[in-house]
Amino acid sequence: MSKDFMAAGTELPISVQELCRRFGKKTALDRVTVEVPKGLVFGLVGENGAGKTTLIKHLLGLLKPQSGVVRVFGGDPVREPESVFSRIGYLSENRDLPVWMRVRELIFFTQAFYPDWDSGYAEELRKTFDLDPTAKVKTLSRGQRAQLGLLLALAHRPELLLLDEPSSGLDAVVRRDILGAIIRTVADEGRTVLFSSHLLDEVEYVADHIAFLHEGRLIASGPLSDIKAAHCLFTLHFKQAPAAPPVVPNTISREGGGSEWTFLCEGGHESAHRAAAELGAVIAEEEEPSLEDIFVARVRGRREKMASLREEN
Amino acid sequence: MRLHLSLRSGVPIYVQLVTQIKQLAASGRLPVGTELPTIRALAEQLLINPNTVARAYRELEQSGIVTSRRGLGTRVTDRGSPLAQRERARILDDRVQALVTEAARLGFSFEDVVELIRKHRGKMLPEQKESVHE
Repeated sequence: MSKDFMAAGTELPISVQELCRRFGKKTALDRVTVEVPKGLVFGLVGENGAGKTTLIKHLLGLLKPQSGVVRVFGGDPVREPESVFSRIGYLSENRDLPVWMRVRELIFFTQAFYPDWDSGYAEELRKTFDLDPTAKVKTLSRGQRAQLGLLLALAHRPELLLLDEPSSGLDAVVRRDILGAIIRTVADEGRTVLFSSHLLDEVEYVADHIAFLHEGRLIASGPLSDIKAAHCLFTLHFKQAPAAPPVVPNTISREGGGSEWTFLCEGGHESAHRAAAELGAVIAEEEEPSLEDIFVARVRGRREKMASLREEN
Repeated sequence: MRLHLSLRSGVPIYVQLVTQIKQLAASGRLPVGTELPTIRALAEQLLINPNTVARAYRELEQSGIVTSRRGLGTRVTDRGSPLAQRERARILDDRVQALVTEAARLGFSFEDVVELIRKHRGKMLPEQKESVHE
């Protein structure tokens, strides 16, 4: 068995190890390690400025790692851009298309870069999206530009689809087109999607795995169901309102007052019961936290920690 | 088949799918033999991950609500089966329990509740009424 053969069988669509990137004084990515397995929808979440776009630009070879390693299908996107690019479909956040071209011209132009271009599929998508082939890109609406960008990213049936904030600023109809494309892509055996989004509902419906970026650092990553199962959200009811805010181990966020306090904690469902027993309270409510609950609690928790550190100094 | 998903309910999406399909099957809105959409089609319709749909279908198959065979698709089984009967009984039991608790909390008597149930039965269509004997 040749070494190449082994590599082809086991290569991950995306492997990022200890990636660091600074822009001047600002650290955009701080030792980020992410692996994206084949055949999954991977959601990259984080606030604006968390480093999502910077990470995607490294995957495309548009940025060179200052330290760390970036591999796409086992290859280096900076040194072997052609072989990596032919397997990727990419929709940028700004959907920066040449505005002076007509829709038909841009499709022909893009087709020339991809040997596997599927003209039938491109035409099918053009009709679905109702894009006028003779219209100039300049005259297209925001939503139509997104649809055109999506068509160009999908028509060579890429093994890896990279979408940077695909539905930001779009109406519900175009967002459905985009999410539908993500689902269709991954439903085709062996294809992989990575998309970044700050719309956590969307990510929760569509993603298998997620990575949370916060200020350039990865604060959680893995299967969505594992991340959700590793957290619990519950409300404790006290017969007598505690004198001081009650303390529960591994708390990420605490809200409430008087006799009812709500916690989002690390740990499964048994940690809620343990906390209630120890504090002499009853569990008034317990539910599986949504991705948004977890995200908001973590970001808030970090901010509070930073603020208290600053106060101490 | 119309399903309603929510991320705010605190219930995992695949569980919501399982519960709603069970209810549709038990109530007869998905008659015996009905073919469910393919995993891919339902994922695209609801805009959710295909693996979530696959997990729900597996669970439904394990509890005997549907069977899936290659070439025949995923179909609703005989709802007269003891399991489906039990499921229907359980759904009704849950609802009645919630109703009785709520009525007591709001200070209504047992007779008030029965009276209201009669009133609503009176508003039903004749063919629906047939199945709700006294």
